[in-house]
Amino acid sequence: MSLLEFENVTLKFGGLTAVDNLSFEVLEGEVFAIVGPNGAGKSTVFNLISRFYEPYAGSIRFDSHDLLRVKPSGVATFGVARTFQNIELFEHATVLQNLLVGRHRHRQTNLLSELLFLPSARRQEIENREKVEEIIDFLDLQAYRDKMIAGLPYGVRKVVEVARALATDPKLLLLDEPASGLSVEETSDMRWWIDDIRRQMGITVLMVEHDMGLVSGVSDRVLAMADGAELALGSPAQVQAHPAVIEAYLGKVS
Amino acid sequence: MRIVFKTNYMQDIRPWKDRYQLCLYLILLAVVAAAPWWLDAFYLGELTNVLIWTIAGLGLMILTGHTGQVSLGHAAFLAFGCYANVALIEAGVPFLVAFPLAGILTGIAGVTVAIPALRLHGIYLAIFTMALSILMDDIIVLSEPITGGVAGKYVGGVEIFGHLVDRWGTPDLFFWLVLTVTVLVTLGYINLLRAPLGRSFIAVRDSEVSAQAMGIDIARTKMISFALSCAVTGWAGALMGLFAGAFNNETFSVLISIQLLMMIVIGGLGSIHGAFLGAIVIGFLPQFLSISKEYVGALFGGNTVAIPGLEFGIFGMILIAFILFEPMGLYGRWLKIRTWFELFPFYRKDMFKRQKSYLKTERLR
Repeated sequence: MSLLEFENVTLKFGGLTAVDNLSFEVLEGEVFAIVGPNGAGKSTVFNLISRFYEPYAGSIRFDSHDLLRVKPSGVATFGVARTFQNIELFEHATVLQNLLVGRHRHRQTNLLSELLFLPSARRQEIENREKVEEIIDFLDLQAYRDKMIAGLPYGVRKVVEVARALATDPKLLLLDEPASGLSVEETSDMRWWIDDIRRQMGITVLMVEHDMGLVSGVSDRVLAMADGAELALGSPAQVQAHPAVIEAYLGKVS
Repeated sequence: MRIVFKTNYMQDIRPWKDRYQLCLYLILLAVVAAAPWWLDAFYLGELTNVLIWTIAGLGLMILTGHTGQVSLGHAAFLAFGCYANVALIEAGVPFLVAFPLAGILTGIAGVTVAIPALRLHGIYLAIFTMALSILMDDIIVLSEPITGGVAGKYVGGVEIFGHLVDRWGTPDLFFWLVLTVTVLVTLGYINLLRAPLGRSFIAVRDSEVSAQAMGIDIARTKMISFALSCAVTGWAGALMGLFAGAFNNETFSVLISIQLLMMIVIGGLGSIHGAFLGAIVIGFLPQFLSISKEYVGALFGGNTVAIPGLEFGIFGMILIAFILFEPMGLYGRWLKIRTWFELFPFYRKDMFKRQKSYLKTERLR
């Protein structure tokens, strides 16, 4: 069953066609990777799903909802969580607070019960904490729980971003270059985590990644893009061997 | 250094770290509440003034310190709260109803202003709100039937449960009234910060794109922040009116707005303590200056000198010094001093230095 569906989506910035008549489906329970050279439109696909951009044509459906009919903040309430290529954490807050913001879509209380901190608000906070602690435990963030983001090293911030996305309890997790800037060891950690996210938590993963080792290690299907359009779609091995992909990365043999 | 061994989630959720800290704050509250017995009338008045400024500072802190929306127009909301309170009392509404209502009305006025302001960021928002503050002067003059225009209004004491609460007649009762409001507002603020709404304010301040990706409606969150901020400021304005006894269109000038913003920057943006510390500086500085002026005058042979604009000049210098040397304000400095003692002799100079990151996702504006 398909969870996310792109149908003939086109996005133009002035004269530039960033995404050109793109169609693909992400199936429930798979790890789906998008690869391609710089400027291929990979992150733009993510920003389309997050509703930061309005497509020129086409439709985007998630879990039988029409995504194009909701506000950017509504996407998360359907169960789509994401990370950002260049880390967008809440800098002047602790790791714990960052993860708790992830729980925002499950908020049941209203302004008054929060101002008075009624038992309902207290119960909700304890539930949030329990859920967040599970994720801290899963991603080994215990040591950083009460640290400010502003003082954390890059590799840890990257993990905190994944943790914050997981805290929303998503159905679909969008990872924008989860391994960029990570060391070899951290990349292999990330690989096991992505595997566990899919297997243990049952979350579908859609990721953009340049590290082909990571892509072929975890993903079931790969979409290769260039200039906003699809080049090849299939298993990692098929895509890597596809002549159009080789041409896009390495150029033509003359 | 005290290390609290946490064994359940409530230890993180409740506002105090441990019983020791709770006791300290309760003792502080008791000492302050007993002020009428250990302070003379003049300093009690000054302390009341500081507390009123604290409430106003807490109001602006919600918007600027925690939601990241700079406002140079909060004097307009002080004025709105002040006039709303007095107008309601004159219409025969008892104070205990009129006072909360004045805050709520100011909150509604704040939301009305917030709607056009939602699309503005940073300096543009500051200019917009500053224009509002300047406009308020004219609005007060024009709506003379309610506000008394240029002539202004006089207000005596108010009655609470049959007791006359008046700044001059019963300064202790008035002080306790202000203290009660301060404590209630502070408790509400603490609760807000440990609940989802307060965290969504911080999220909007630090990164709007990722706040959106977490399901936070930016426009709605900013609007609620404006509403809460203005309501609290309205209460401060109402108390300020009662404290001053007389006010007109020039009482709540744009200078008050600037002073309010300076206050929370000096105190420390993004902390409740900051509003209190800033108010203490702003509240006592004029007295301190006039006392030291006499002292300096005496040194140079007798006469006290009048230097126009001295107060604002000194305020400005203090503000510049803080922005240059201690952007985290007085509260930030206090945290550093405390850490120095807690970790002695292991404190490092760079402990509070923030790592600068120059990477930002394509900002969508």
